Amino acid sequence: MTAGRAEQVTDREQQVLDRIDRARRRRPKVREERVTMSHGAGGKATQTLIEAVFLEEFRNPLLEPLEDAAELRVPGARLALTTDSYVVSPLFFPGGDIGDLAINGTVNDLSVSGATPMYLSAGFILEEGFPVADLTRVAASMRVAAAAAGVSVVTGDTKVVQRGKADGCYINTAGVGVIDRDITLGVARARPGDAVIVSGPIGDHGVTIMLARGELDIEADLCSDTAPLNGLVAALLDAVPGVRAMRDATRGGVATILNEIAVAAGVGVLASEDDIPVRPEVRGACELLGIDPMYVACEGRLVAVVPGDQASEAVRALRGHPLGAQAAVIGEVTASQPGIVRLTTAFGGTRIVDLLVGDPLPRIC
Amino acid sequence: MRFVDEFRDADKARALAAKIAALCEPGRQYKFMEVCGGHTHTIYKHGLEDYLPEAITLVHGPGCPVCVIPMGRLDDAMHLAARPDVIMTSFGDMMRVPGSNGSFFDAKANGTDIRMVYSPLDSLKIARQNPDRKVVFMAIGFETTAPSTAMTMLRAAAEGLGNFSVFCNHITIIPAIKAILDSPDLRLDGFIGPGHVSTVIGCRPYEFIARNYRKPVVVAGFEPLDILQSIYMLMLQLSQDRSEVENQYSRVVPWNGNPVALKAIGETMELRPYFEWRGLGFISHSALKVREKYAAMDAELLFEVPGVRVADPKACQCGEVLKGVLKPWECKVFGTACTPETPIGTCMVSPEGACAAYYNYGRMHRTRVPEAARAAGSRAGGS
Repeated sequence: MTAGRAEQVTDREQQVLDRIDRARRRRPKVREERVTMSHGAGGKATQTLIEAVFLEEFRNPLLEPLEDAAELRVPGARLALTTDSYVVSPLFFPGGDIGDLAINGTVNDLSVSGATPMYLSAGFILEEGFPVADLTRVAASMRVAAAAAGVSVVTGDTKVVQRGKADGCYINTAGVGVIDRDITLGVARARPGDAVIVSGPIGDHGVTIMLARGELDIEADLCSDTAPLNGLVAALLDAVPGVRAMRDATRGGVATILNEIAVAAGVGVLASEDDIPVRPEVRGACELLGIDPMYVACEGRLVAVVPGDQASEAVRALRGHPLGAQAAVIGEVTASQPGIVRLTTAFGGTRIVDLLVGDPLPRIC
Repeated sequence: MRFVDEFRDADKARALAAKIAALCEPGRQYKFMEVCGGHTHTIYKHGLEDYLPEAITLVHGPGCPVCVIPMGRLDDAMHLAARPDVIMTSFGDMMRVPGSNGSFFDAKANGTDIRMVYSPLDSLKIARQNPDRKVVFMAIGFETTAPSTAMTMLRAAAEGLGNFSVFCNHITIIPAIKAILDSPDLRLDGFIGPGHVSTVIGCRPYEFIARNYRKPVVVAGFEPLDILQSIYMLMLQLSQDRSEVENQYSRVVPWNGNPVALKAIGETMELRPYFEWRGLGFISHSALKVREKYAAMDAELLFEVPGVRVADPKACQCGEVLKGVLKPWECKVFGTACTPETPIGTCMVSPEGACAAYYNYGRMHRTRVPEAARAAGSRAGGS
């Protein structure tokens, strides 16, 4: 922090902060009797559900890091395996639809794990009455997205449920890729002095979807950022083999990833609001709704942690790719305040950026 | 972004911080209450306290509409929502507030038809689309949101919509401020007056604070520079031994308020003899109910509500926090038993609640800018 600034936390307050820290490290427990929408929002409630229910039952060394894809070692190769389900509403939105989202999302989970995505599966859950024309349109955009990413959909499954039991069309995709570089990535590898980079403007997808639902009577010239990141990742890894970790910023936004870095590596993260690229349309919509773009989903942006002395090289490599034209260093990894993400605000103050419990809720006034 | 960035200019903030620091008298401590939860949110979200000298403490007031809703009213709303013929509609802020048996979110997961809306007009839309159901709007908020409820009722009446009603929990800010001024627990030096409420009621209603209680009031906007400037204006009044009502937010707040909005409220609602506030207890003439003329839209008359008073959980100290007697972190359960994931008290729920704001944004080592650290009487020095 700036020299000459005076500490503002009293001893008594510090004791409380320590007590809270200990409370936050306790084993997560789901207190709700039923699943609520918060459990699917990608924030604290989701994390608690995953750790308390799924990790508890499935615990194994491959699952435990809870990375975007699991790394499998088979004779002669390192493979990455991931899966993701897509339940977006509306199915068609400016810049994309559920089809390309389902391809790109899985391609991206593999890419940020350092793998070259190769084969995908696709499972469809369709609601009785869903227009075949829409299904054809979804499948066509999956074909185009797969071709763009250089992957093939090689197996699949189709189920139909009664009208009212699903919302039109849900898709699950799983993907396999090969890790052919000699690298090991993981958010736990972040070290003090590392730089945190984002590959482009944040929040485009989330705000586009919110507006496409038509409930807000706000119009903006905005498109989802859904895109396959494998090309961008390759450009980055070619230039900076020392990359420590990458994540694609989906549900929970960039804020959630920064928190995952801080907790997994036991480090602090200090980001600077002025440096985070956000389109004016996204900022405007978020201001109106009282939500923070840091928590809004992207579908074609990655966050990378790289050693500090390679940050400018990394940004240059990302900017050389069309999907990374607005890449920027948004913060640094610190030894101080481990487990906590701080933000220097554009106003010049500092604050915490914590995980949200669930979806960001619009404020009353 | 225009209209926002100019009110978040760090250079201007530093200049103001220096002017504020220069007005601090050696050895004197200053306590200002920001009445409105929106201000609390701004203060934490932008890290505004970094610009204030140690001698100035901001005390968070009762102006968070979600925070002051007593548990009994929420239980009443749950009871209404549980009726199979009812669709309950609510602002998003309200969804996570815990009643005695969980929140709206929990009830929704149990199959109760509760829908989140952005405006009461959305409730009206739902009412039109569901003529065979009864749509209730959970109306909460101060004079800020009351006009939109009122205008919605007027529109429903004009359309002759028979299946829309309001569960009215609107409250008024002045009696709450008076309750705080009369409370023996707290000594304040001045008020940062609520901005949005004042767009409706104007600045006049605060004059008794300056006149009778000799405390300066500055009605402030919601950008961080607005708040910093109002603190400067308060400090200036104190240094000149003045106590007046001043309007920092004159770009939005007219001195006499908004007569159209006031008329709409007056047409559809009237004062209740008394109303319970969480933490503050019963305050007379502090809330609004639906006027008899619009009884057909009053959910309290249309449906049976239990109307039982429910005591706050024993461990909860929201009352002390809402009165500014305790800082959020001084509450016994803050951050351990009571967190945003599992809130015990309302102050931990709304982003405008003092506890949620502090937990989400302020729970860390903060450092003052040098301009603020140089104030008279503050223990400036290296960190």
